[in-house]
Amino acid sequence: MPKWFVRAAVLCGLMFAASPFVIATSRDEAELGMVFKIFYYHMPSAWMFLLSAIVCGIASLRFLFSGDVRRDRTAVAAAELTVLFGLITLVTGPLWARRSWGTWWIWDARITASLVGWMIAWSYLIVRKYGGPGSDKLAAGLAIFGMANVPFIYISVNFWRTIHPATSVVPTLPVDMSWRLWFCVASFTLLYVLLFKLRVYLEEERSRVDTLYLALEG
Amino acid sequence: MRFVRSVVVILVLASSSGVAPAIAYAQQPAEQQGAFVPAESLPQRERMPAAPLLVAAYAFVMLALFGYVISVSRRLTAVKTDLTRLEGEIRRTGRG
Amino acid sequence: MFLHTVWLILRKDLTVEVRSREIAYTTIFFAVSCILVFAFALVKEGKPPEDGAAGILWIAISFAGTLALGRAFERERQAETLRALLLAPAPRPAVYLGKLLGIVALLAGAELVLVPLVSLLYQAPLLQYPGWLVLILASGTLGFAAVGTLFAAMLVRARSRDVLLPVLLYPITVPVIIAGVRGTAALLQPTVDADSVRFWLALLVAFDAVFVTLALWTFEPLMTD
Repeated sequence: MPKWFVRAAVLCGLMFAASPFVIATSRDEAELGMVFKIFYYHMPSAWMFLLSAIVCGIASLRFLFSGDVRRDRTAVAAAELTVLFGLITLVTGPLWARRSWGTWWIWDARITASLVGWMIAWSYLIVRKYGGPGSDKLAAGLAIFGMANVPFIYISVNFWRTIHPATSVVPTLPVDMSWRLWFCVASFTLLYVLLFKLRVYLEEERSRVDTLYLALEG
Repeated sequence: MRFVRSVVVILVLASSSGVAPAIAYAQQPAEQQGAFVPAESLPQRERMPAAPLLVAAYAFVMLALFGYVISVSRRLTAVKTDLTRLEGEIRRTGRG
Repeated sequence: MFLHTVWLILRKDLTVEVRSREIAYTTIFFAVSCILVFAFALVKEGKPPEDGAAGILWIAISFAGTLALGRAFERERQAETLRALLLAPAPRPAVYLGKLLGIVALLAGAELVLVPLVSLLYQAPLLQYPGWLVLILASGTLGFAAVGTLFAAMLVRARSRDVLLPVLLYPITVPVIIAGVRGTAALLQPTVDADSVRFWLALLVAFDAVFVTLALWTFEPLMTD
C-alpha cells in the first residue's frame, strides 16, 4: 500500500468523527426539521454511488477495448463500491422519506432509476461470481449499460414532476448549510478513494495468487 | 461501419425530434421544491419523532461502511495466507 | 455487403423457425399462460383490475422475450453455429443486427396473439388506436430485444446461462418496460392524453437509440475470446 494511504485514512477517520458535530450544529430546514440532517449523509452517498457507476462503466469500456486486466480490477472494485454506496443511499433515503413524505417508499423517477442502477451493479457481482470463464467480459458489457443509466437518474428530477427536490436545490443552499454539505462530500470522496485503493489492492494480490498457482503447476 | 454510423445518426435524430415535445409535456407546473427554504421562516407543525429515524440512518451508514472494511480485510488476510503458503511451496519445490 | 449479411442471417433464423416452429409455439404458449395466471390471480368478482391490462401485456412480453432469447441462442450453441457466424468474413455488427431482427420478428408474432387476447380478457380497448399501439410496441420490443440479443449472445459460452440471462436483462430493461407500460396505459384512458403518449414514445425511441448504439459498439469486443 502506498505511503499516503495510512495518513489519508487517519484524516478520513477524523473527518468522519467530526461530522456528527458539524451536522448537529446546523439549523433545521423548513417543513422537515431535524430529520433533514440525514441529507448530509444521503446526498454525498448518492453522489458516490453515481460516481462509482460511472467509474465502473468507463473502466469496463477500456477493459473491453484494450483487454488490459488492470482496467478489469478497477471495474470490479468500482462495482462493489457502487453496491455499497447505493445501499447506503437506498436505506437513508426511505428513513428520511418516512418522516418527510409520510411513506417509506415511492415509485418516482429518480428512486426507481436508482434502484435499477443498484440492481445492475449487484448483478455485475453475481455474474462475476457465478458466470464461469469469460464472465469478466460479460460483466463489463453489463456495466456499460449501467453507466448509461446514471445521467438518467440525475436529471430525471428536472423533467418529471416528482416529490424529490430538483437539482437546483443544492446551489441555493445558504452558506452555513452548504459548507457542511461540502465537508461531508469531501469526507465521503476521501473515503471512496481509500476504499477503492484498498479493493484494487485486494484484486492485485488475488491475481498474484493465480500467477503463483500457475507457476506451481507449470 | 459507415452504415452503422448512419443508422446511429438516424436513431439519434429520431429520438431527439421527440425531445422537445417531451420536455414540454414533462415541464408541468410542479409542486416540487425548486430552492432551499430555511426552517425558521415556516410555522410550527405537528411532528413525528424524527430522532429514531435520524439515529437509525447514521447508525446504518457507519455499520455498512465498517462492515465493508471488515469484509475486505478478511478477504485480504485469506489472500495473504494463500500467498505465503504458495511462496513457501515454490521455494521448497524449486519451481516457478 | 452489410445489409446482405443482415438479410441472410434474418432469413436463416426465420427459415429454421418456420420449419420447426418450436420457439414460436413455446413462446406464445408461455405468454398466454402468463396472462391467464395474472387473470386468475388478479380478477376479483369476475372483474379484472383497472389499468391492469397494460402492465400485464408488457410483463407477458418480457417473460416471453426472455424465454425466446434463451431458446434462440441455445439452438445456436448446440450446432456451434454462432462460432461459425463469427468466423465468417461478415462484419460483426451485421451478425448482431440479423439476430436482433430475428428476435424482434419472433416477438412481433407473439404480440399479434397477445394484444387481442389481453384486450379481450381484461376488457381493455387496446385496439382503439392501432397506429400508436404499434409504435409503442415496436419501440419497446426493439429496446428489450436489443439488450437481450447482446446478453444472450454473450451468455452462449457461459455457465449457468439460463439463470444469468434474467439477472442481466431485467434491471437494464426495466426503464423500457416502464415506458412501454405507461405509454400503453395512456392509450387506454377514456380520453387519450396525446401529449403523454408522445412523451413515452419519445422516451422509448431514445432508449432504443442508446441501447442499439451501445450494443453495436460493444458486440465485437464482447464476442471475441
